[in-house]
Amino acid sequence: MNWDTWLPLLIVLSSLLVALVIFVLPEDRSKTRTTLNLGGAALKIVLVGIMVWGVFNGHHYETRLPLLPGLDLVLRADALSMLFVALSAGLWMLTTVYAVGYLEDSPHRSRFFGFFSLCVTATVGVALAGNLITFLLFYELLTLATYPLIVHRGTEAARKAGRTYLIYTLAGGALLLLATIWLYTLTGTLEFTARGFLSTLDSSHHPVLVIIFVLLITGLGVKAAIFPLHGWLPQAMVAPAPVSALLHAVAVVKAGAFGIIRVVYDVFGIEFSASLGVTLPLAIVAAVTIIYASMRALFQDDLKRRLAFSTVSQVSYIILGIAIVGPMATIGGMVHLVHQGVMKITLFFCAGNLAETLGIHKISEMNGVGRRMPWTMAAFTIGAFGMIGAPPLAGFISKWYLGLGALEAGQDWVIFVLAGSSLLNAGYFLPILYVSWFKEPAGSWPAERCFGRYETALALLAPPVITAILALTLGLLASAPFSPLEWARFITTLEYAP
Amino acid sequence: MIEMHWVVIVILLPLTGAVVCFLWPRQTVVSGLITAVGLFASVLGLTWQVLEQGALRYAVGGWGAPLGIDLYVDGLSLLMLIVTAVVGLAISVYSSAYFRLDRAKHFWPLWLFLWAALNALFLSADIFNIYVTLELMGLAAVALVALSGGANALTAAMRYLLVSLLGSLFYLMGVALLYHSYGSVDIAILSQRVESSPAVWVAIGLMVAGLLLKTALFPLHFWLPPAHSSAPAPVSALLSALVVKASFYILLRLWLEVFPLTNTVPGQFALGQFGLAQILGLLGAAAVLWGGIQALRQTRLKLLVAYSTVLQIGYLFLAFPLASIIGWKAALYLLLAHAVAKTAMFMAAGNILFYGGHDRIADLDRVAQRLPLTLSAFGLAGISLMGLPPSGGFIAKWLLLEAAIRSGQWWWGLMLIVGGLLTGAYVFKVIGYAFTRSDLPHEPGFVPKRMEWVALVMALLAIVLGLFAPLPLALLEIGSPFGESLR
Amino acid sequence: MSYIFLYALVGMGLFTLGLYALIIHAHLLRKILAINIMGSGVFLVLVALAARTEGAAPDPVPHAMVITGIVVAVSATALALALMLRVRSETGRAELDEEPLSKFDD
Repeated sequence: MNWDTWLPLLIVLSSLLVALVIFVLPEDRSKTRTTLNLGGAALKIVLVGIMVWGVFNGHHYETRLPLLPGLDLVLRADALSMLFVALSAGLWMLTTVYAVGYLEDSPHRSRFFGFFSLCVTATVGVALAGNLITFLLFYELLTLATYPLIVHRGTEAARKAGRTYLIYTLAGGALLLLATIWLYTLTGTLEFTARGFLSTLDSSHHPVLVIIFVLLITGLGVKAAIFPLHGWLPQAMVAPAPVSALLHAVAVVKAGAFGIIRVVYDVFGIEFSASLGVTLPLAIVAAVTIIYASMRALFQDDLKRRLAFSTVSQVSYIILGIAIVGPMATIGGMVHLVHQGVMKITLFFCAGNLAETLGIHKISEMNGVGRRMPWTMAAFTIGAFGMIGAPPLAGFISKWYLGLGALEAGQDWVIFVLAGSSLLNAGYFLPILYVSWFKEPAGSWPAERCFGRYETALALLAPPVITAILALTLGLLASAPFSPLEWARFITTLEYAP
Repeated sequence: MIEMHWVVIVILLPLTGAVVCFLWPRQTVVSGLITAVGLFASVLGLTWQVLEQGALRYAVGGWGAPLGIDLYVDGLSLLMLIVTAVVGLAISVYSSAYFRLDRAKHFWPLWLFLWAALNALFLSADIFNIYVTLELMGLAAVALVALSGGANALTAAMRYLLVSLLGSLFYLMGVALLYHSYGSVDIAILSQRVESSPAVWVAIGLMVAGLLLKTALFPLHFWLPPAHSSAPAPVSALLSALVVKASFYILLRLWLEVFPLTNTVPGQFALGQFGLAQILGLLGAAAVLWGGIQALRQTRLKLLVAYSTVLQIGYLFLAFPLASIIGWKAALYLLLAHAVAKTAMFMAAGNILFYGGHDRIADLDRVAQRLPLTLSAFGLAGISLMGLPPSGGFIAKWLLLEAAIRSGQWWWGLMLIVGGLLTGAYVFKVIGYAFTRSDLPHEPGFVPKRMEWVALVMALLAIVLGLFAPLPLALLEIGSPFGESLR
Repeated sequence: MSYIFLYALVGMGLFTLGLYALIIHAHLLRKILAINIMGSGVFLVLVALAARTEGAAPDPVPHAMVITGIVVAVSATALALALMLRVRSETGRAELDEEPLSKFDD
């Protein structure tokens, strides 16, 4: 046992232990709780930083615990997992700050922050999982940890949303379990391996492998909210804003998307997947999701619901990038995993600020809100333009590589999907920007609260501003070393046979 | 070093404890707890002994079979003893706070008699001794169900008693036929002598029917929900966790050692056993569906938990058609995980009942905020029952699914998935209502902290079982109870 | 077909008769009696089949089993009768409901 075998476990424990301590902490110890939360988040960022540097320099970090004879729980750091770990560690910090501000003086904070930390533990575990069974373990833990967050408010609507969420995710998890065991009985191993471990199987197994692929993708597609498995996501909007931010940008949908990346690249292998003929249908499903969800978003008046459909659409960009076989598209899909996270979390933070400060939940109530809350709306604007894919923002980089990748792979139809989707994105974001900046305020706001010097509490204002700046920087400095784009390139060199 | 006779101690200690508890009712709780702790330690001693020396055969008082009584421990019986010890200790601690003295003085002697009967049953090396212990266990269990008095509990106990006696008589008739044919009741001797004959077939039919009735496999489960739900919470826990498992253990033992008839005409009996295994599998699958759907329909928490036991018993029988070592191990791991999780769940239900004075699911009224430890226990136990990772239930489900797919009979595995989803539905139905406000706010009662913590510790144990699976699985190998005679 | 088998068949007959009565009769006393008759049937089978070979002294082991069985049956009957009396004093009648779960519904 040395440092290299402990580090992945420590990264998981840094939030797990925080969660356990917070659960037993009395409700009124809010200072201790905040210190623990932020301390854990900071520690995780430091550890992840060390790990990213180590992985880049060829270090091998792996923790192994026996689970069953012949099957281990494996936490391993590889290039792909670093992308997701870094995203979740970074955004967790900001979301925690935001949540502390958002839930100030509301009841049951111990429970909330306990499950909040558990949720991040699960996400980091999903990222670091070194084989399919470990992935499954943390994937299900994520389902369980998010449920109490969704029903946190204890209203009838929250209970119903929680129920819908569980019906979808538990059924998805069951498919995943079935497929995982099936795969295990075929191969005797479940270790993630760059370029997959199934291509050596006898070709008589190929039809079965296609079925397993479909089961896996369906199981993961529930969380990734692929059409028609996305129904739970807009309903889950009853949860408090930090939870929505977490669900959409970091944890749940990303775990699904990340799982699909793992399955396609490290279980089947992208080239083997293509030879099985499963990538084109996946790309088509992703394209349908992108267009369908954007259309639905157009007709939502509720701000959070519009953002929810936007998430459904945007996450499928990642899947589209994966399913177009070609290095450029892969880069586009992977980098969007990070870019979408940063931009979407900005938008949800802003939506939360509007609701918390002015009581605004609907777009029709947003007239002139830009004058009342300029910082918030500026951040929102950057996030929205990023989503549309305007240069030089982060979203532009993703779309650019997706488009290049599609052309490289000879899948020209994808360009039309991208263009159509960008138009639709503009269609549902620009009106929001228009009314909030250029329309006159209607008089009084639905439920205004005052927060001292700034337009709203500092803990609520700082996170979206920071993430908006980040979205801008990721676009401007896309080619800097250790940028997500460079890292996605690094991964891609590992996943394609030379 | 003096060789300790742990095998006998684990039977005699609870018997003595029961008598002491009965004779000195004022000190009954103290004596009961001391016995429980001592018994737990003795089972650990026995475990150590078996790990050192392998499977043990012990002739009580030096009198060997056929005149004396032989006791036998291998991995299978040891696992059952350990489950009983762990659950038994937890139930003892819980009960020490649950019962007032007027009930406690009845509870403790009966419970310790039951414990003695269970231990003796798991250690019995012959099928007649099993009958005696089975009856002793049944009578103690019936009396425990009747403990809370009231019309519901008494009629449930009465029905349970009739069912229990009926099952035992079927079993005894089978014993008579086997003894007549082979002149022995010793399991090891029978396993060498038994051949296919009409008498053996009738015996197997009678014994299996009797044991299924006692194990409450669908459609013979009708007595279980009223009995398990109207008993006091610790009694419900031990009935679901231990008592139904005891008859399952006997069935498994007979199935593995007496029934396989290796020296018979090739194919003939194997085919018969194959057919019987398929029937058991089908009944198990039906139990999963029926138990799950009924659990989902219940409006009372304890009935819901009782139907959940019907479902979980169905799981156990899915291992029969798979007939592989990994399948049996899966079933036993399931038994272990279910015993621990169901104990936690009944305890949690008991706490909620203690607190609110009722167990109507729709009126749970924010139990999540008011009894967070109890609700956590309920939720964690539910995770294990659902078979979500990491938990003991997950390991069992994984192994059972693996066995199903490997044997090419994936449809049995599908029942596991369906059962898991049904379990998820009814567990979260409860948890969902525990978060919401009810129209009927009620005066909260006082729940002793000890009761909350025991429930939580058991639930955590059900989860931890998912992380230390290689240990119990290796334990099961001792004395290779699953033999080589399996297909 | 020896006379031993005749006894055994009578035992089987009693067992079946008891089972029939247990299912048919509603009154608990009759059910308890039925169980006892079933038990006697089993004991008769055990004792009869103890004579395993014609002419030789019968095997003593089944007799020991029957004695044990009778002890068990007596205690079980005692418990059953006591329970029956309690059921009667609580519900006013010594019968079980047809539908065991009906009273649990709200």
